[in-house]
Amino acid sequence: MSTKIPYYPGCTLKSTAKNFEDTAKLVASKFDIEFEELAKWICCGAVYGLSSDNVMHKVAPVRNMLRVKKAGGERMVVLCSMCYNTLKRANLYVRKNKDKLDVINAIMYLENATYDGSVKVQHFLEILRDEVGYSNIKKEVKKPLKGLNVAAYYGCLLLRPKEVAIDNVESPTVMEDIVKLLGAKVVNLPVKTECCGSYQTVSQKDIIADRTYLILNTAREMGADVLITSCPLCHFNLDRRQDIAKERHHDFEFMPILYFTQLMALAFGFEEEKLGFEPHFVDPRPALKERGLL
Amino acid sequence: MSELKVTESNLEKVDEVIRISGQNIYSCYQCGKCTSGCPSAGLMDIVPSQAMKFLQLGEVEKVSESNTPWVCLSCFICSVRCPKGIDIAAIMEALRLMKLRTNFDYVHPNKIQEEEREILPPIAFVSAFRKMTP
Repeated sequence: MSTKIPYYPGCTLKSTAKNFEDTAKLVASKFDIEFEELAKWICCGAVYGLSSDNVMHKVAPVRNMLRVKKAGGERMVVLCSMCYNTLKRANLYVRKNKDKLDVINAIMYLENATYDGSVKVQHFLEILRDEVGYSNIKKEVKKPLKGLNVAAYYGCLLLRPKEVAIDNVESPTVMEDIVKLLGAKVVNLPVKTECCGSYQTVSQKDIIADRTYLILNTAREMGADVLITSCPLCHFNLDRRQDIAKERHHDFEFMPILYFTQLMALAFGFEEEKLGFEPHFVDPRPALKERGLL
Repeated sequence: MSELKVTESNLEKVDEVIRISGQNIYSCYQCGKCTSGCPSAGLMDIVPSQAMKFLQLGEVEKVSESNTPWVCLSCFICSVRCPKGIDIAAIMEALRLMKLRTNFDYVHPNKIQEEEREILPPIAFVSAFRKMTP
């Protein structure tokens, strides 16, 4: 019997991060988990509105959770770190502020249903750790990633603020734990919770290039061959902005950036064509071939 | 030495920051943890802990006219490390909103180069426009 979990993709998982969605589904299939895509999902807004005098920015995330509830779901799984943060924070907000929930419900009157804060928002990493369990993940490893040195990068939104953190705020380990199960070597990354520069990539990309340089150069110095992440925006910034990082810092060396699900799918024995390496700016295939993993 | 600028019009602006952010700016005691962790501090005209002091002194404009709220990454390092529990990221958002609510665009779609528009993911546009347009 497969477990069906309502799944919220978000905008980028349907475009530039399609390879993240595809490989996450492959990984989930190994544990008989089926991602049931939410019908009529809408953009969550990408960032959680921080103002206390305007509820409009919370309507979109709450509407998605209401639609999960209307479809009979009690929880939703999210892959994108930014969607996870926005949905989870909005959920906690309406649970704490019933008066604001009433206002949001009034705005959503056309839904013909009211939200009550009951849906549980979960990141896929939490499901892998807490429901699937590490021993079951280990059992699925067909091709141990021997000789591969991996740095895990969390960024901001899986961990901050504290009430939405999926792990220890300052010193998370869930991705490293999984990397170890896959047979790869974990590289300590002291800057694993430091911001990649986020939305500044649109108007001030030099900021991102310098953040990318700092994060990837540190990873390189610590001995990493590749770096993994769970956020499509971190992925874009750390992968695509390497060309400007190289222009600005002559000692910079390119490093492949993977979604943690791509690494898992590789270790679970899925074929190269299914891993979605084509759209990467820095191609991970040479590094993986060099170590006999492709 | 900063001179106190607590005039009536300045106090109104301070109250607006407090109202929009929902934060008590007066509980800051200048430990500097926000600044030491801030990944953007090196780019800021006024670093986060200085900004807090200026706000306490009534000098909202000094902070809102600086680049500080606009190079903030909303990464929440300051907010999780503040020993007084101040959500400094929300204060930066309030300073941005006070400007944006005058119908001000910090980023404009037409000013983004075409080749950039081709490669940027949707999540980058949505988040940047949410943070830096009205």
